[in-house]
Amino acid sequence: MKTFRMGGVHPAANKLSAGVAIRPIDIPALVAIPMAQNLGAPSKPVVVKGDKVKVGTVIAEPGGFLSSYIHSSVSGTVDKIDMVPDATGKKVPAVFIKVEGDEWEDTIDRSEDLVRELKITDPKAITDRIFHSGIVGMGGATFPTQVKLAPPPGMKCEVVIINAVECEPYLTSDHSLMLEHAEEILVGVTALMCAMQVRKAIIGIEANKPDAIALMTQKAAAYKGITIQPLKLKYPQGGEKQLIDACIGKQVPSGGLPIATGALVQNVGTAFAVYQAVQKNKPLIDRIVTVTGKSLAHPSNFLARIGIPIANLIEAAGGLPEDTGKVISGGPMMGKAMPEVNSYMVKGCSGILIMPNAEARRKQAEPCLRCAKCVDVCPMGLSPLFISKYSQKQMWAEAEEERIYDCIECGSCSFTCPSHRPLLDWIRQGKGKVMGIMRARAAEAKAKAEAEKAKAEAK
Amino acid sequence: MSNLNVSLSPHVHSGNSVRKSMLDVLIALAPALCVSFYYYGLGAVVVTLTSVVSCVLFEYLIEKFILKTEVRIGDLSAVLTGVLLAFNVPSNLPVWIIIIGALIAIGVGKMTFGGLGQNIFNPALVGRVFLLVAFPAQMTTWPQPMQQAHYTDVTTGATPLYLFQQYVAGDTEALQQMPSALDMLLGMHGGSLGEVCALALIIGGIYMLCRKTITWHIPVSILLAAFCTAFLCYGFDIHLALQQILAGGLMLGAIYMATDYVTSPVTPRGQLLYGCLIGVLAILIRRFGSYPEGMSFAILMLNACSPLINKYIKPRRFGVTK
Repeated sequence: MKTFRMGGVHPAANKLSAGVAIRPIDIPALVAIPMAQNLGAPSKPVVVKGDKVKVGTVIAEPGGFLSSYIHSSVSGTVDKIDMVPDATGKKVPAVFIKVEGDEWEDTIDRSEDLVRELKITDPKAITDRIFHSGIVGMGGATFPTQVKLAPPPGMKCEVVIINAVECEPYLTSDHSLMLEHAEEILVGVTALMCAMQVRKAIIGIEANKPDAIALMTQKAAAYKGITIQPLKLKYPQGGEKQLIDACIGKQVPSGGLPIATGALVQNVGTAFAVYQAVQKNKPLIDRIVTVTGKSLAHPSNFLARIGIPIANLIEAAGGLPEDTGKVISGGPMMGKAMPEVNSYMVKGCSGILIMPNAEARRKQAEPCLRCAKCVDVCPMGLSPLFISKYSQKQMWAEAEEERIYDCIECGSCSFTCPSHRPLLDWIRQGKGKVMGIMRARAAEAKAKAEAEKAKAEAK
Repeated sequence: MSNLNVSLSPHVHSGNSVRKSMLDVLIALAPALCVSFYYYGLGAVVVTLTSVVSCVLFEYLIEKFILKTEVRIGDLSAVLTGVLLAFNVPSNLPVWIIIIGALIAIGVGKMTFGGLGQNIFNPALVGRVFLLVAFPAQMTTWPQPMQQAHYTDVTTGATPLYLFQQYVAGDTEALQQMPSALDMLLGMHGGSLGEVCALALIIGGIYMLCRKTITWHIPVSILLAAFCTAFLCYGFDIHLALQQILAGGLMLGAIYMATDYVTSPVTPRGQLLYGCLIGVLAILIRRFGSYPEGMSFAILMLNACSPLINKYIKPRRFGVTK
């Protein structure tokens, strides 16, 4: 069975909600739809207080090149535009909508019927529909999908790789999506292949989901060019670079785009959203989210509208246990710890993980033994023990030489460190600093070159 | 106000710990220790206990009263140093000399550099080499096995490495007295307390490989390099080369001393280079040096090179082609 070649760890899977059927969450009386739901510039609201909206009405436009549309997930009246905390506690603007009934835009096909034949066959038109449906990377990175579908000149896509790895422990949203919407996903993949004008797609699924592998393999037989690739269990296989390596054995060049390998990676949730957008004309207004944790009464997979309070999700899964020490948006390896449970559902939220007090605190760090376990597990071939030390001591030149900028922040180093050293904390900080220095240097060099060119022309 | 804990990812941990790593090495050393108790009886018990107790005590005293830092004897690293020091000395070594060795190992080898993780040289070897230089007579009389009731009054005799030296010096009879390769594997010959039974050491090594406490790179490269070098240096005789890697502290050093996390390189390729150089150097010292044994010196010399190896041999990078 295939897997990526370098490093990796095996955290306990804890897929408590595996096999739990997807359940829709009740719509509350008031939702707040955050305007920062994609990587890049936040979206700009186009509604004002008092506006009537339906499910699927555009409420915000892209705020830049790397940005996306946002649609209302409910029908009702715009109540206000106000600041709300995101998962990390940072305040972002949000459109509050008072819910009245559940009226959808007429253009949306609400039927459950599976539509196999592509309704749009023009690549450009598919990308355009995806853009106007507000689709972003559903794995959590929230990269605006239309941008990814338009590779820079000179780069050619040869294969679409679908990320159905779900290597984060606990999370099962992609798993349950595959079990319940296998064919929709396959049609969505076909649409992505059409948009990229390629004949080949690979869906990578880790071996701990044999039911999903079996079902997808069986259904995929009817879809030309799509193969299911079972992958050996190893974190961080869902990392874009690791998944490409695992599926087609090519390494994304350091500093380069993944498309340089000829592969375009999309999350399986994104493929499902693409199906809904292309075949049903339904914009991205809801998603599957896992709400889980060992102390939680009912670990579940929910279909949740964007903008409903996270607290409602936890309530629906049995309520926040008394001994809760940590609430994480996302999985335990890369998710973000929430300072308070007061944020709202966003497009990139694949899971909410509740951790009891006993597991919520880190152990005290001990001295580094130079045991090199972090070097062994680093999927990027870095030396976490050294680059974290360089960051800590602000030795930026050395950190750059050790390629700190290649770090994908998967956390394998901190996870494995016998001395419980917060390696990634330091590396993250140093990476930001070093990349800033590199950008400044590049800008300076560019300015200098331009000045010289202007000087030469003046002569 | 919420009382949620906020920290950066990852939010889970493998459960690895310094203590567990050290404990794994100690467990791996248990078979060899049992064999030593069997062969050397009283002497082995006294030497091991003295060494372990004084290493732990010195670490405790230095941390508590001189460095005034947190006392971390609970991580078992001092216990491990104590066992390894005992393994590297003869089982008839007087208690007071062992205590001096422990002081040098912990005090000079480890604490002067800042304690756990900071030292350049393997502390147990620092202690051992100091004793070898300071007490050459006591450190080179080797008890013969199976005199369990004796300690310092034990009968001593030649070790395989001494016989090798005699042989190289021109005494062709020396090889006649050499124990067979099987006896050397089982440890039926004179030598340091813990080094004699290659089989027990290998069993422990396999345990550590299975537990992923160590990787194969250092032990295998040392043994291969030593074997090849011995083959070249001792008249292209496979049997002699085999006896060379079974004799003395080579097996103990390759599996337990050179693999010390703190003092060995961090990348697999660096570890291979480090191991090969140790293997070659150890045999060259045995063959051409004035000491019959060269493993301690070889490891210490390469310990000193580890930072350099780390500087020049980087891990294979993802997405970087030369």
